[in-house]
Amino acid sequence: MDPLLTGQDQAMLRGEGSEAQALAMRVLVSMARATGARRMIDISGAHIDGTLYLGRASLDFATRLRDGGGRVAVPTTLNVSSLDLLHPDLFRGDEATRSDALTMMTAYLDMGASPTWTCAPYQLADRPGFGDRVAWGESNAIVFANSVLGARTPRFGDFADMAAAVTGRAPEFGLYLDRHRRASVRIDVSGIAKEARLTDEFFAVLGFLTGIEAGSEVPAVTGIESATEDQLKLLGAGAATSGAVGMVHVVGITPEAPTLASATGGIAPRLVKVTPDVITRAYKALSSTDAETIHTVNLGTPHYSTRQIVRLQDLLAGRRIHPDVKLYVNTGRDVLASSSEIVKRLEERGVVFVVDTCTYVTSILPAGPDVAMTDSAKWAYYAPGNLGVDVVFGSTSDCVESAVAGRVIREEQPW
Amino acid sequence: MVSVGGTPIVPGVAEGPSLVLDQPLSWWGGIDPRDGTIVDLHHPQHGQPTAGRVLVLPGGRGSSGGSAVLAESVRRMTAPAGLVLGDVDPILVVGLIVSAELYPDRNCPLVVAREGYDLLVSGRTTRIRTDGRIEQF
Repeated sequence: MDPLLTGQDQAMLRGEGSEAQALAMRVLVSMARATGARRMIDISGAHIDGTLYLGRASLDFATRLRDGGGRVAVPTTLNVSSLDLLHPDLFRGDEATRSDALTMMTAYLDMGASPTWTCAPYQLADRPGFGDRVAWGESNAIVFANSVLGARTPRFGDFADMAAAVTGRAPEFGLYLDRHRRASVRIDVSGIAKEARLTDEFFAVLGFLTGIEAGSEVPAVTGIESATEDQLKLLGAGAATSGAVGMVHVVGITPEAPTLASATGGIAPRLVKVTPDVITRAYKALSSTDAETIHTVNLGTPHYSTRQIVRLQDLLAGRRIHPDVKLYVNTGRDVLASSSEIVKRLEERGVVFVVDTCTYVTSILPAGPDVAMTDSAKWAYYAPGNLGVDVVFGSTSDCVESAVAGRVIREEQPW
Repeated sequence: MVSVGGTPIVPGVAEGPSLVLDQPLSWWGGIDPRDGTIVDLHHPQHGQPTAGRVLVLPGGRGSSGGSAVLAESVRRMTAPAGLVLGDVDPILVVGLIVSAELYPDRNCPLVVAREGYDLLVSGRTTRIRTDGRIEQF
């Protein structure tokens, strides 16, 4: 069934705006047909995931839009790219890739998007509010927008997010609609010791587990008494990695889940009870090796917040990173600028800050069959496939202890 | 012969040996677009080739970058011959809609087969028809 189009939508489709808008509207209408959307709606902002150079196709799309007169119709932020423009020497890839990646980044700026280059746009000063309808790419950002901010965005893929940005329109499907925001699976963690439930690593592992259990359903987590935004970020990023999850209710914490009944709409959800055994298995599954020597430590996937950088400073106080280990912190250029004093002190201790990109998506780590350590379930999940490295997952504190010692040190898990 | 009705989302014809995936797959981080191999270490079919196959999978997961990697697979001609999904995955759908715009001579049809999905098996010559019907020989 074709979606209902306004006169303006039809005009864009006929090419009365720009060629770019016509292409974008064709993509959106096809998407509407595929998802069964009945109409198109206005969006108030977009976040573009297509900024990472994934080969010629991503460049071809960006330049086709730009050369076809594409301009963003709504405020638009940009996700991580393949290059750190503030620290260009970190890039170890080939010149052709560097050049194509830069051309593509420029195309998005030419179309009027903001050079934010971050996978955590919810850490920027301007972020969507409750009920705002936006078109966001980047799987972790989508979960955060829906779950924590109460904004609305389905899981937009590359291309679709930019198609929405240049038209200001989106097919009304998925998480835009109340009925798709209701939880159908309940992940209960009340069987886990309270002190464990307060740790960051618990949220990261729980996220990974939640994605596996929920698949493409909306989960509601019960048994959490408190959570910081950073912890909710880790939960969402993990869930959006192992599952097709676009929203995670945390009952008593996130805005659309004051109670379990409000999260589910009153329908009895499928129950998954998380036991210490289940968490331990998930924790172990995030490491691909039991090697003892590590070569790199990678923090900040999604991009570290100011609070996380402060915590790193506390953990590293009075200590130095082992000469055979490189410790990278991935963060946004906005966070870097607002934490410049701490960043300077951490750099003196040997920390390497990476902005605009992330160490698991581009050639930054030293070449070789190395072992990498991370506090991110998302980094742990993707890096072996992306980079060919082996990975050890641990808490932030484990990562710092290991970086100082030059070998893997992991405390006994609290669950 | 098994014949299953499906909804053509990206219409076209395709034929190739089938590969049925036991779990959803994220194209970004899950497929190497240089040769179409599954590189997701957590996927039970890690290491299997997908290029030229009629790939049958329950749906997508993970990264929203999947659209671009799938389009890149089509451009490099390492994509599956066609996709049969158990449910609509907008990320994979958009990847193929855009690749059809950018590279109209390289077709990779996508059908959704909610009914009869379970009848499809690996290793058979499989045909996708323009009306969305899937035939296994």
